[in-house]
Amino acid sequence: MNPIQSTVFMALQTNDDTRPIIEALQRDNPAAVVHRLPAMVKIDAPGRLVLRRSTVEEILGTAWDLQAINLNLISLSGNVDETEDEMVLHWNR
Amino acid sequence: MNNTHTGQAGKKLSLKEKYALMTRGLGWDTSYEPMDKVFDQLGLEGIRIHDWDKWEDPFRLTMDAYWKYQAEKERKLYAVLDAFQQNNGHLNISDARYVNTLKLFFTGITPAEYNAHRLFAMLGRQFPGPGAAIACQMQAVDELRHVQTQIHSISQYNKYFNGLHDHSVMNDRLWYLSVPKSFFEDAISSGPFEQIIAISFALEYLLTNLVFMPFMSGAAYNGDMATVTFGFSSQSDEARHMTLGLECIKFVLEQDPGNVEIIQRYLDKWFWRGYKVLGLVSMMLDYMLPRKVMSWKEAWEIYFVQNGGSLFNDLSRYGLRMPRHWEQSVAEAEHLSHQTWNSFYNFSDAAAFHVWLPSDEDMAWLSEKYPNTFDQHYRPRIEHYRRLQAEGKRYYNPSLPMLCQTCQIPLIFTEGDDPTRTSHRETEHEGEKYHFCSDGCQEVFEQQPDKYVSAWLPAHQILQGNCFAPDADPQAAGFQAEAEVMRYFHVNPGQDNMDYEGSQDEANWRLWKGLSPDGASKAPPAA
Repeated sequence: MNPIQSTVFMALQTNDDTRPIIEALQRDNPAAVVHRLPAMVKIDAPGRLVLRRSTVEEILGTAWDLQAINLNLISLSGNVDETEDEMVLHWNR
Repeated sequence: MNNTHTGQAGKKLSLKEKYALMTRGLGWDTSYEPMDKVFDQLGLEGIRIHDWDKWEDPFRLTMDAYWKYQAEKERKLYAVLDAFQQNNGHLNISDARYVNTLKLFFTGITPAEYNAHRLFAMLGRQFPGPGAAIACQMQAVDELRHVQTQIHSISQYNKYFNGLHDHSVMNDRLWYLSVPKSFFEDAISSGPFEQIIAISFALEYLLTNLVFMPFMSGAAYNGDMATVTFGFSSQSDEARHMTLGLECIKFVLEQDPGNVEIIQRYLDKWFWRGYKVLGLVSMMLDYMLPRKVMSWKEAWEIYFVQNGGSLFNDLSRYGLRMPRHWEQSVAEAEHLSHQTWNSFYNFSDAAAFHVWLPSDEDMAWLSEKYPNTFDQHYRPRIEHYRRLQAEGKRYYNPSLPMLCQTCQIPLIFTEGDDPTRTSHRETEHEGEKYHFCSDGCQEVFEQQPDKYVSAWLPAHQILQGNCFAPDADPQAAGFQAEAEVMRYFHVNPGQDNMDYEGSQDEANWRLWKGLSPDGASKAPPAA
């Protein structure tokens, strides 16, 4: 339809709560690109981005409720699919 | 951040089970009155919904989790606001010019949040599906929270800077604020599906990133701890609102193939309406932030062209295409902020914030960001204004501008392919002529002329004598019409507006920061 490469993104506040989340995103999405802007970190990925609770918990060393992402999420794009275990952003085409 | 206190004994419900029980499980069909009488606006627009149960919030947020996280957001926010007040945070901003972006935000956007609260409270009542009703109810509460936290945050600035004293009256009366105000009033007076497409999809999903992301990041870059905190606290709700917008459009499109054409029409209209409101954001980014983060053109490229492009690639499977005139918005990104700021410079004696001419440094940045247009079209005009100011002949536009009947912005923009020609369209309707700034606005009018002929256009209202305080007497000898209009706006001429240079805000800032009149730093006063 148009020549745009479809990317999804997640933007998070810059703070200690989001450091393990960003690290987990980088670990689980090798194609993700992290942009550090004033007060904000924006993570872009081609087509699909997955945040896994287990990866965040491994980094944190403690239990983590995925819905707590709501506290620090600034914006996102893509279709959202969320369960207890992972949050996926994706475009279908 | 632990998940042990959900209050349930025994087996913990999965997110999906909990969502099903606490949304759909709460819905019921009426029995004393037929459902179509209770939800009587649903049939007005020709949208057909066959199964409301197909609506699902992808965050699967239930009310208990909603209150828990919202309370935590509030605790975080108010801790920062306390620290901001106690540490005189207003003194740590990059420059007092910066506060003028807050004046525009507070008078233009905060009241719009209140209108969004009203809109979602009404929408929640109109949708029979509990999934949709609960999502609207949460958003109605969110929007009210945004209004309150913004008023609370900005109150610290109101103690020290002019122009922040009366945002709600100004929003009702001040000419340029009729642009965001009429946008929301247009939405709120539409059918329920048009409302949700207008606000949740076109505004929240396509355009709100432009307001909150570069601008709030800009607030952080300019040292404004209060605004970045309320901004991101609001924005953490927006991620959910955006998801609601996308979910809603997919839901409606999947319900009936006949819905596609109606939704496309709404999209075309509300993209254009929203884009026009964002002209104010373009000048905030390019002209008003003393320390700049990104240009309007860059922001439009990232958040509209790339992000919107990905979105419409995805939605094309339903037969939806990019909104009409989107290419024009890209071409105009080279001009939008320059033409908008120019108009506020010309009319700043009738606004509620200060303006200034860009410094040499600012102009170098503008040349770099706008290599195709700034030096050729806009630098010469700014240099001309500088010469006039140096000669003591600062130019103010003394006339009332012609306004676009749809977006209510003065006819200040040029043709997409010729920046030396004003863009002006006309339509005749029932023997009257109506004027428009663009093809997009003209088309919106022509779809629903009877709605837009009743628009409250500030310039017309002033000329008709409807913008004076009740005790003003236009028949009295020596009646000062301009001064009386400013009194009606609740704007103090010279104190709240005109040039920053020479203003009370500037004098106070220099005093507080220990700056001498020529801008050099003085030794701090002895303790």
